[in-house]
Amino acid sequence: MTTTSESPLVVPSFDEPAGEGRKLAIICSKGNLDMAYPGLILANAAVGEGVETHMFFTFWGFDIITKATMNDLKFSFVGNTAMHPPGHSGMGIHHMLGALPGATAAATKMMKKQIADLDVPEVPEFLEMLEGSGVQMWACRMSADMNHVTEEDLFEGVSGIISAADFIELTDGAQLLFI
Amino acid sequence: MTATTIAGHQVDINDEGFLTNPDDWSEDLAPELAKLIGIEPLTDDHWKLIRFLRDDYAAQGETPTLRRVSTQTGTPVKALFGLFPGKPAKKMSYVSGLPKPKGCV
Repeated sequence: MTTTSESPLVVPSFDEPAGEGRKLAIICSKGNLDMAYPGLILANAAVGEGVETHMFFTFWGFDIITKATMNDLKFSFVGNTAMHPPGHSGMGIHHMLGALPGATAAATKMMKKQIADLDVPEVPEFLEMLEGSGVQMWACRMSADMNHVTEEDLFEGVSGIISAADFIELTDGAQLLFI
Repeated sequence: MTATTIAGHQVDINDEGFLTNPDDWSEDLAPELAKLIGIEPLTDDHWKLIRFLRDDYAAQGETPTLRRVSTQTGTPVKALFGLFPGKPAKKMSYVSGLPKPKGCV
C-alpha cells in the first residue's frame, strides 16, 4: 500500500432510490431455441439487479412456456446467414444446408451442448429459476385461444393468461424489449 | 483504488466500494460489510453462502454467479433473494470481499 492519506469510505449503492421503481417488460414472440434464451437471460439479469421484471409470451414464444414444447425447442440455421462453426475461423456454413434432413437436430444438439457447457440451464429449469427470482410471467390470451391451450397446459410459474391490453396496463412505465 | 478503513481493517476498495484484494478480507470483516449494506445480523444461512463464495473463488479464480451459488450449495434461488434482497449476486460478493460476478447466468 503506497497511499498514506485515508479516503472516505465508499459503500456500493445497491438500494439507492434512483433504481427503485425500475420495471422491465420483455415480450417473447419466438419459439426457436436461439430466440428463447435472450429473453430468459435478460429477465434473469434484470431481476438480479432488483428490477421488477415481467415477461409476456405470445405467438411462437408460447412454446417457451407450454409444457409439451418447452423442453424441445429447436434451432434451425436456415435463413441465418451469420451461421458459422463455434469459434471465429472465418469459415461460414451456408444457411441452406440447414434444410438438409437432420441438420436442425444436429444444430439443436450442438447449441444445447454449448449452453450446458456454460452451466446455463435448459428452458424448463431456467423458468423455475426465474420464478424463484420473482420474475412475473404472463401468457397471451389470443395465443392461448389460437392454440386451444389453457393454464393447465402451461408452466406452473405462469401467473395467468391475460390480454395484450392487460399486459400493457400492468407494465405501465416499464422499459420494453420485444424479442 | 483507494485505501480506507472498515471497522479497524485497512483495505483497498474500488470506485464502487468493493474490496480490490480478496486477501484483505477476513471473517470478522463480513458482518461489518453486511451492516454497511443493511444486512444484519449475518445468520448461519448467510455464512454458508459466504464461505462457499470464498472457497469457490479460491478454487475457480472468479466469483460464482447466482446460479452457481444456488446449484452448488443446494439453496433455492428464492432463498438467495431472501437472504440478500434486491441484488443478491452483488450483495453476497461484496460481503465476501470478492469482485462482483462476471458471468451472465
